[in-house]
Amino acid sequence: MSAEKKFLLDGKPVTFNDGQTILEAARGAGHYIPHLCWHPDFPAHGSCKLCIVKVGGRHVSSCAMPAKEGMEVESNTPEMNGERRALLQMLFVEGNHFCPSCEKSGNCQLQALAYDLEMLSAHFNHFYPDRPVDASHPDVLLDFNRCIFCELCVRASREMDGKNIFALTNRGIKKHLVVNAESGRLGDTDFAASDRAANICPVGVILHKRQGFAKPIGQRTYDEKPISVVAMECVKATEGAEEVKS
Amino acid sequence: MEAAVSTADSVLGSVLEPILARHRRDPVRLLQILREVQETMGHISPAALTAIARALQLPRARVEGVAGFYSFLYLEPVGQYRVLFSDNATDRLLGNLELMATMCQKLWVEPGKVSEDGLVSIDTTSCTGMCDQGPALLVNGWPITRLTHQRVNEICELIRARKPLAQWPREYFAVADHLRRKDLLLNSVLEPGAALRAAIARGAEGWLAEVQKSNLRGRGGAGFTTGVKWEACRNAPGTDRVIVCNADEGEPGTFKDRVLLTSYADHVFEGMTLAAYAVGARQGFLYLRGEYRYLLEPLEGVLARRRADGLLGANVCQAGFDFDIEIHLGAGAYVCGEESALIESLEGKRGTPRIRPPFPVVKGYLGRPTVVNNVETLAKTVLVALEGGENFSAYGTAQSTGTKLLSISGDCAFPGIYEYPFGVSIAQVLEDCGATDAQAVQVGGASGICVAAYEFQRRIAYEDVPTAGAFMVFDSSRDLFEVARNFVHFFAHESCGFCTPCRVGTSLLKNFMDKLADGHGAKYDLADIEWINRLLKNASHCGLGTSAANPVIDTLVKFRPAYERRLQSLEFEPAFDLDKSLACARRMTGRDDPQAHLSSEFSSEESPR
Ligand SMILES: Cc1cc2nc3c(=O)[nH]c(=O)nc-3n(C[C@H](O)[C@H](O)[C@H](O)COP(=O)(O)O)c2cc1C
Ligand code: SF4
Ligand code: SF4
Ligand code: FES
Repeated sequence: MSAEKKFLLDGKPVTFNDGQTILEAARGAGHYIPHLCWHPDFPAHGSCKLCIVKVGGRHVSSCAMPAKEGMEVESNTPEMNGERRALLQMLFVEGNHFCPSCEKSGNCQLQALAYDLEMLSAHFNHFYPDRPVDASHPDVLLDFNRCIFCELCVRASREMDGKNIFALTNRGIKKHLVVNAESGRLGDTDFAASDRAANICPVGVILHKRQGFAKPIGQRTYDEKPISVVAMECVKATEGAEEVKS
Repeated sequence: MEAAVSTADSVLGSVLEPILARHRRDPVRLLQILREVQETMGHISPAALTAIARALQLPRARVEGVAGFYSFLYLEPVGQYRVLFSDNATDRLLGNLELMATMCQKLWVEPGKVSEDGLVSIDTTSCTGMCDQGPALLVNGWPITRLTHQRVNEICELIRARKPLAQWPREYFAVADHLRRKDLLLNSVLEPGAALRAAIARGAEGWLAEVQKSNLRGRGGAGFTTGVKWEACRNAPGTDRVIVCNADEGEPGTFKDRVLLTSYADHVFEGMTLAAYAVGARQGFLYLRGEYRYLLEPLEGVLARRRADGLLGANVCQAGFDFDIEIHLGAGAYVCGEESALIESLEGKRGTPRIRPPFPVVKGYLGRPTVVNNVETLAKTVLVALEGGENFSAYGTAQSTGTKLLSISGDCAFPGIYEYPFGVSIAQVLEDCGATDAQAVQVGGASGICVAAYEFQRRIAYEDVPTAGAFMVFDSSRDLFEVARNFVHFFAHESCGFCTPCRVGTSLLKNFMDKLADGHGAKYDLADIEWINRLLKNASHCGLGTSAANPVIDTLVKFRPAYERRLQSLEFEPAFDLDKSLACARRMTGRDDPQAHLSSEFSSEESPR
């Protein structure tokens, strides 16, 4: 009964505990599976689909799928990485991402994953959506152009800050974030720069004012090491949160 | 100013208060509250959102997020008369777009906008489930069928005269059943309570065993075995089990549930009660799509009668179990037919499909074990109770027992409802409905299969061509590329937007199809379409995304010339059209002379088709 439970990840055995997902178990064993909407402090969300893997020929989201004894999981294969690259391309074309002028450049998980998965172009046609920025808050700027709808800010504000500052509205390609005020402006909420939600965005939407380019681009987290390495170092260092405080 | 504000406040308060009170200020009932506020006020104003959020002690942003999800909830003023033309492929065959253009012209309004006097707004909407009597529209939520130019003219007059809907001719709103072929279910006569008593005589476990013997499979699309689902729910840990009847019927071309709810409502409610008896549930919901709002009062009437007869409520049939049914209305969201999205919607949330596992039978409505079944599935359990599982399974094929209702529409002489034993060939169905010149049939709706003439010997059954019931016929004069394009627009409009592949992929697909339709397509685009299909199939979070490219891929394989005809070059062709992008500048300068256009080489209007 006490025998360790195992599954195979790209041919290598990974042990797991009951209730762990494929991604959690892989991470615990030091194997990186790409992810954007998953975060160690929250239950799985399952929206970005960067974490897709193949189990017995079927695609599943590894962040949400419980690990099972004897599973054979394919993750770091040309096929899976090719599909992940296309999903990244979709995220890039649906928003407006001008990396060279973005304050998050070098600390951005979307950009870092694109480098890691060797995404060389956007491939699809850009949508160029019209998403005005919200600079109404004294300390925090919202640049919705870069949102990837991971809902980490929504979840952090609800579950950790107890504030419910953010929510999503509309649907399909018109889905977008709204803030908790009749005016629609962040400045009219009780949002604070110290909120967990203000420090969790994996891309460059929620930015602290007056801190622009404190650290030059080129010397930032993912400029130095690829995201696959940083993510695994974080597991070892803290067994916990891996978001980058810029 | 102050006074004006407070009058507005008190008007709002007087509208909101009775609605909130009726729903006991229960946040779970948010969608029902929003719907009713909209029905009274025409739209849901920012102030109304704030007031509702406050009353339910919900964050305002969350209320706004829910309201923004559903097509039939408006956050900005719309016309006093809101006209929505059903825009399924079958409505297209019947000329719905020409009729809409006529109405827009007569009433001086652009599609999707509100007329300057605020009188009317006109737009399209996803299939309203009236394909056998289209073209159809909804006016302030009420269906009008069999539109003709004359009827459209009359409607324009009524709107101009500001006649209240109640004074419009009754026959406009008539919805026919069109029962064309009856079999086991449609021929059965149910004395209310008879099936329940037969099940109760067997005991809950005996009754469940009977359902398993029947091998009845779900009629909502996925074809899951009903007895297995019920047993899983019965055995799931927890109390307060729930039965949900899925009457969202959003799959384009499907309308059989509408007919069952119109003329066989006792079968449906008795089926729900039979399910409750089998699994031990006390609470039931009928999730009725917003398009069928007109059925609400008649259905409430049937429920009231069944309560009075002791078939619902405390101590059902004096058998010692309690069960009651509530009707919840949807508000224009196809994805809410997906069972976990439906449950989210029942809980007053955005209709986003959940992560599974856990499945609803284990953790469904408010975390309780929940059975979600299609309307037709539940109605069929009545036959199992009355005739026994073995007799039921004698009908149909080995893996598809019993009969199936087909909703037949499109190019045929007799559209309507046909009930067949499973295993019937498509050719037979075509003959029966008077389709003499069929080029293709779209079976199972937009997410189903496009069956070409050379496959007409195939059979309707889970083991061959499965279907939730739609059967749309297209004759040899039809352009199947345009049919597929219509379906792709549908999916892009209905994607919930939760997961990346579907949110972005359906819109990319739509843009590719539009590019092809504009005569700018290239071979390269066909390869991209196939690539997007793969991403949708492999990575989507729910069935909407996985099947969204089906209509394109099927027609690409089976009717490739319809696509190749549209390719401008066999190599790359940019989607960007320089001349078209100058249209705004032309409008601003009031020019449209040849000098204001780029040379024809670059212009879309003159590109070869
Ligand atoms: C996008 C989508 C839409 C659906 N719409 C419906 C629907 O309108 N009615 C329905 O009964 N099932 C629908 N389904 C299937 C349901 O998820 C579920 O399988 C079904 O209600 C189960 O009932 P059954 O076992 O009786 O078929 C839909 C599924 C998906 C993925
Ligand atoms: S703002 Fe950032 S954290 Fe919030 S949903 Fe968008 S990408 Fe995610
Ligand atoms: S596949 Fe489409 S409808 Fe389904 S969850 Fe993803 S975005 Fe929503
Ligand atoms: S990390 Fe699994 S879906 Fe986003």
